[in-house]
Amino acid sequence: MRHLLSTRDLTRDQAIEILDTADRMAEVGQQSVKKLPALRGRTVVNLFFEDSTRTRISFESAAKRLSADVINFSAKGSSVSKGESLKDTAQTLMAMDADAVVIRHGTSGAPQRLATAGWIDAAVLNAGDGKHEHPTQALLDAMTLRQHRAALAGEETTGTGLDGMHVVIVGDILHSRVARSNMWLLTTLGARVTFVAPPTLMPVGVEHWPADVVFDLDTALARDPDAVMLLRVQRERMHAAFFPSEAEYARLWGLTPERLAALDAAGATTAIMHPGPMNRGLEISSAAADSPRSTVLRQVSNGVAVRMACLYLLLTGAR
Amino acid sequence: MNTQNVESSGSHPDTGRWLIKGADLLGEKRVDILVVDGVIAAIDAEITDAEVTTVDAAGQIALPGLVDIHTHLREPGREDAETVETGTRAAAKGGYTAVFAMANSNPVADTAGVVEQVWGLGRDSGWTQVQPVGAVTVGLEGKQLSEIGAMAESRAQVRVFSDDGKCVHDPLLMRRALEYVKTFDGVVAQHSQEPRLTEGAQMNEGAVSADLGLTGWPAVAEESIIARDVLLAQHVGSRVHICHLSTKGSVELVRGAKERGIDVTAEATPHHLLLTDELVRTFDPVYKVNPPLRTDDDVQALRAAVADGTIDVVGTDHAPHPTEDKECEWTCAAMGMTGLETALSVVQHTLVDTGAVTWRDVARIMSATPARIGRLEGQGRPLEVGEPANIVLFDPAAETLVDPENHESKGRNSPYRGLTLPGAVRATFFAGHPVVLGGTLMRPHPAAGGR
Repeated sequence: MRHLLSTRDLTRDQAIEILDTADRMAEVGQQSVKKLPALRGRTVVNLFFEDSTRTRISFESAAKRLSADVINFSAKGSSVSKGESLKDTAQTLMAMDADAVVIRHGTSGAPQRLATAGWIDAAVLNAGDGKHEHPTQALLDAMTLRQHRAALAGEETTGTGLDGMHVVIVGDILHSRVARSNMWLLTTLGARVTFVAPPTLMPVGVEHWPADVVFDLDTALARDPDAVMLLRVQRERMHAAFFPSEAEYARLWGLTPERLAALDAAGATTAIMHPGPMNRGLEISSAAADSPRSTVLRQVSNGVAVRMACLYLLLTGAR
Repeated sequence: MNTQNVESSGSHPDTGRWLIKGADLLGEKRVDILVVDGVIAAIDAEITDAEVTTVDAAGQIALPGLVDIHTHLREPGREDAETVETGTRAAAKGGYTAVFAMANSNPVADTAGVVEQVWGLGRDSGWTQVQPVGAVTVGLEGKQLSEIGAMAESRAQVRVFSDDGKCVHDPLLMRRALEYVKTFDGVVAQHSQEPRLTEGAQMNEGAVSADLGLTGWPAVAEESIIARDVLLAQHVGSRVHICHLSTKGSVELVRGAKERGIDVTAEATPHHLLLTDELVRTFDPVYKVNPPLRTDDDVQALRAAVADGTIDVVGTDHAPHPTEDKECEWTCAAMGMTGLETALSVVQHTLVDTGAVTWRDVARIMSATPARIGRLEGQGRPLEVGEPANIVLFDPAAETLVDPENHESKGRNSPYRGLTLPGAVRATFFAGHPVVLGGTLMRPHPAAGGR
């Protein structure tokens, strides 16, 4: 594995290796000295063309726990906002001897362009590109799902996939890189994915995807999924006529207290996941976000472990 | 009338006597062609003449000089992308003896002054005939008709009007334009793109756009405009030309319109006859074009439509861009591909070698019909005695490895880079003068420049 650009490209073996490595990295986080010398002397650049404090600090802390040097490059206030090209920005970073570039970009394909255009020879990690992919988010979600099932079954996670699990992903599928990355990865690992959204927020072409598509959230929840993942809804979508009002969205596609109560009444073991940041009261009620089913904070801590694993595997040439 | 017709009909005594030996006329019979002072003087199985320069054309198809109904020469305004000089050199190299230069220059070709400037630059270049297209609306803004009459009556004698790059989306304005150009036997060439349905559009909307998370350019945005425009053309009794038709649904609409007797003509580009949106998976902006590359279903429908005459012409939509406008992220990149120097090879590959059309059909779709749509006299004429000597000699047995670095166009944005395509242009006679011989660019027409 030279770059991590998408989960669509990952084989099952590669994905499980990353998850197993992430489990070991998580153990480092439990120790009093949370640091490994693995990437000492290596330089990781966080190249963020889009604001995302959460993802950036997750990558930053992952790199630092592996003893790498970290350069944070935010497009805001830099030469990028003055019109410098992606190529020139990337080559500038290479001149500073970056070993890996973690790139977050507002447009689909920018990380792949960086990896394949011949401008640089560093490893490229996609930290989210447009509406395309967000592979480390999907990996941390898979790690969380693996833990969820192992905890219920009283088994180890090592070496396992997600075979037979059923995950319902709800929200703005059309614009979501998280939905795409999860669909490819979870199905590669043997899980079944159901997408739930208003039809306006489903992409044309969705019928080619390895996912079930339903428009009614209650129908999906009645199938006793192992997890339901709520996607953040951008409030500006309402103004582009994707749905009539926030209240209607919340009523039809939000994880309301009533839907949470229905899960409880059915005795379901469904976990509640959210990639954050949450719009409480819109796609997820506070009751759901704060319930014992919620894995939101576990997802955050798993994020650091997964990103450690990816950086480690890419930079140590372990593969 | 039009002074340039004197040039293209070739009455210049200084282009000499040329004997094309053993050419395969429209792929049908082996002939010798004698060219004297810009005119085809004789066509026969065997011509002997001592006073000539002989061109060995054994195995080469003789076609009438190609006419591109859809070229972007970028001058004035974007001389960093292309100039009339470099664009016409590319045209000659590709076998074209005339190109229609689209109006989206800067300033826009929406006045007599700009179209005469472009026309004059073409005449001075001497590589190919440049026939300007006039904008339908001022500044391509879709608000007010441009000075169509003044452009029609100018020295450029404009007959094709187009806001290409933008759609004349206001239905009332489109109706008026269709009506108004009848004064001059003109035609509106429509870039069919419903703007609201394509806001922020990056690629064909379908399975691939779903995967890539790029905003889709749905087929219906093209088809809804075509449906509207053929109905408008029928209502006001005008003719309308559909630029770069790209979808199966568009083919069906045009086919239906023709069956109802509507005066509509349609064009397909070489790239829409060969490439599909699967290439966008590379995120390489060389594949970014408007309308976007579609699916294989659409490609096959377009090929069938050229074969059955539903699509009348192949136009290149040659759209050169400077490297920096393509060497970036997909969404930042400019839309467009070069095409003049590869068009005939792509047509051989997609249409002739597949058995969809004959070489005689190629002469129709790449020369005669585009000239007729654009009312361009002296071009697109049959290869017959007494006709202007606009001739291309094309070796269908050759293979060409496409290397844009070797192209005459300034644009390096060829989507065929690295592909081996069949065929090669060996010679282009423009008004009796070989601007290309032995596959090499020679000298411009001696009548060019200084006038």
